[in-house]
Amino acid sequence: MMFERIKEKLEILADAAKYDVSCSSSGSKRRNKNKGLGNSDGMGICHSYTQDGRCVSLLKILLTNHCIFDCAYCVTRRSNDIKRAAFKVQEVVDLTINFYRRNYIEGLFLSSGIFKDADFTMERLIRVAKKLRLEENFNGYIHLKSIPGASDELMREAGLYADRLSVNIEIPTISGLKKLAPEKNHSDFIKPMNKVKNEIIQYNSEKKLIKSTPKYAPAGQSTQMIVGASGESDREIMLSANYYYKNYNMKRVYYSGYVPISNDPRLPSLGSQVPMLRENRLYQTDWLMRFYGFDVNELLNQQFPNLDVEVDPKLSWALRNQHQFPVDVNSAEKEMLLRIPGVGLKSAHKIVQARRFRKLNFDHLKAIGVALNRARYFIICDSRGWETRDLAPSKIKSLILRNSVGKFRKEYSSQLSLF
Amino acid sequence: MEPSTCLIYDGTFHGLLTCVYTAFEEKLVVNNILPPGTPQTDMFAENMEVFTDEAKAKRVWQGFQKYATPRGQNAIYYAYLSELPKIELDILRYFQHTFKFKTSVDGDLANNHILNIAQTAKKVAREKHRMEAFVRFQLTKDNIYFSNIEPDFNVLPIIEKHFTSRYSDQQWIIYDLKRKFGLYYDLQETRVIHIDFSKNLSSLEEKEHLFDASEIEFQQLWKKYFEATTIKSRINTRLHHQHVPKRYWKYLSEKNPLHN
Ligand code: SF4
Repeated sequence: MMFERIKEKLEILADAAKYDVSCSSSGSKRRNKNKGLGNSDGMGICHSYTQDGRCVSLLKILLTNHCIFDCAYCVTRRSNDIKRAAFKVQEVVDLTINFYRRNYIEGLFLSSGIFKDADFTMERLIRVAKKLRLEENFNGYIHLKSIPGASDELMREAGLYADRLSVNIEIPTISGLKKLAPEKNHSDFIKPMNKVKNEIIQYNSEKKLIKSTPKYAPAGQSTQMIVGASGESDREIMLSANYYYKNYNMKRVYYSGYVPISNDPRLPSLGSQVPMLRENRLYQTDWLMRFYGFDVNELLNQQFPNLDVEVDPKLSWALRNQHQFPVDVNSAEKEMLLRIPGVGLKSAHKIVQARRFRKLNFDHLKAIGVALNRARYFIICDSRGWETRDLAPSKIKSLILRNSVGKFRKEYSSQLSLF
Repeated sequence: MEPSTCLIYDGTFHGLLTCVYTAFEEKLVVNNILPPGTPQTDMFAENMEVFTDEAKAKRVWQGFQKYATPRGQNAIYYAYLSELPKIELDILRYFQHTFKFKTSVDGDLANNHILNIAQTAKKVAREKHRMEAFVRFQLTKDNIYFSNIEPDFNVLPIIEKHFTSRYSDQQWIIYDLKRKFGLYYDLQETRVIHIDFSKNLSSLEEKEHLFDASEIEFQQLWKKYFEATTIKSRINTRLHHQHVPKRYWKYLSEKNPLHN
């Protein structure tokens, strides 16, 4: 390998890919067969963390940062005066294999600027994946970015080698997209998404009949939205996310706080703050939708179009719906336990387990891992005390904030955080 | 007060299970179980040395398996690997609790012993996961991918499977410097090895002698990659340290490459 040249390219093409936040390597099962290299065991491994605290799980690079398009929010856009580079297919393969063998990464996330047209670019991305699978006998994780507008045939082929495919919608509303990426069509994003969805459905039904049906994108598809670039509300963002979850079987929607990269009058100016707390709140809302049984309209609606920055969305919902509380921890259904602020998926499960042995009190709940500083205003258990106090929502909120201000303000993360 | 006994065992898992067997068999009131070489503190307890007996250990475990869930079985083994002082006694209590109720007790988190086992097992599981993440192989001239680790808990026995199934087409060694044993996979099977590190490998020259020429290049590429992916306007050192505790940095090539 020509290490010096590769080093230069890596610097440019990793730098340009870093704004893509979908770095997870979970959700795929790819067994190592015939003593090949690697496996994907369903649970992602973060091998390191960048200094901004994001997980490094995949070698995340662009195949090239040449691009024929000029989307305002993108560093790679045509009109941006930056160094350009492109990897050869074999170079990406070598890097992936050598990093993987040293246990640096779980696999590859390959994205790209658009070289000539969508298909020309997509075809190269596929060549990398194909080489890794067929020539290197590689069973690690591969995530390919689908190029908007790529043909159905190529999307089909991509899914045979990749674990996950994604088309980044980037701008959550159609009107925002028109403004910031006027050369792109909303339908160019939807077409490959639709193809992938249909292939997955078809795969799932064929697999039932024929066991040997080749895997198709076993980790499904995902998409990403930039937050805070085009002035939309949290409600618009989450409704849009909900739409993609429901209609395109998305495994994940990622939210990426817009990092100002140019002085474009259509965008927040250089030096404006990255909306990290907002991003965090959106991830929390996303979790509530996917794992806690909340409907998006319960959390965000006409009356509350934006999330509360001071407290997490579940607490915010509970404060607005005090009539649903207090919940009796020793008898409530699990669905309702999950709605108690300070009770996460794990602690809800533990409560259900532990209450078979005895009635639980505050001490037990604390030991189990319930965040009592929030939960205690919303529950009844085998202890006396808080439940008799009739506090107004605003009072509860200020009591909780007083004890946790530092934590709430400082813990910004693009990964999810604790409830 | 009933006389209480302090059991001394050889530090192995089977030895510990034999202790459990002995405690039941002889109806002992056990107040401590100690691995060899631990200083004694309780002057009033009677010491009793327990010799590991595979058959007894097996009987205890089989009896336990009848009631315990796989999760509970895992928890016991993981807790044992924590090597934390006094964890043996919690393990004994866990067995006693299980045999008394004749059912899985791992949900009884309001019981202190059960809770402690669950929490300790969780810590060990977290370090297992961290080691699966933070092992950094370096390619030696003999074509072996080599890694040193110094985990807080004894996790080598539980990461073996992960690495064996993942890296089945390359030779590798993972060596625990703290406990002085390692795993070596020779393309056929993985076994325990001991290496004499009397020769000090600190100078760059010695390292270059030991490692493949490409090794330094790949470490530099990795470091470059690591730096290029950071978004400067979002740097959050506190979060970074929380995710990658400093005690692990010594063996991370992105933090501490060969050329340094
Ligand atoms: S097409 Fe993609 S790479 Fe090109 S400018 Fe738009 S977002 Fe950036």
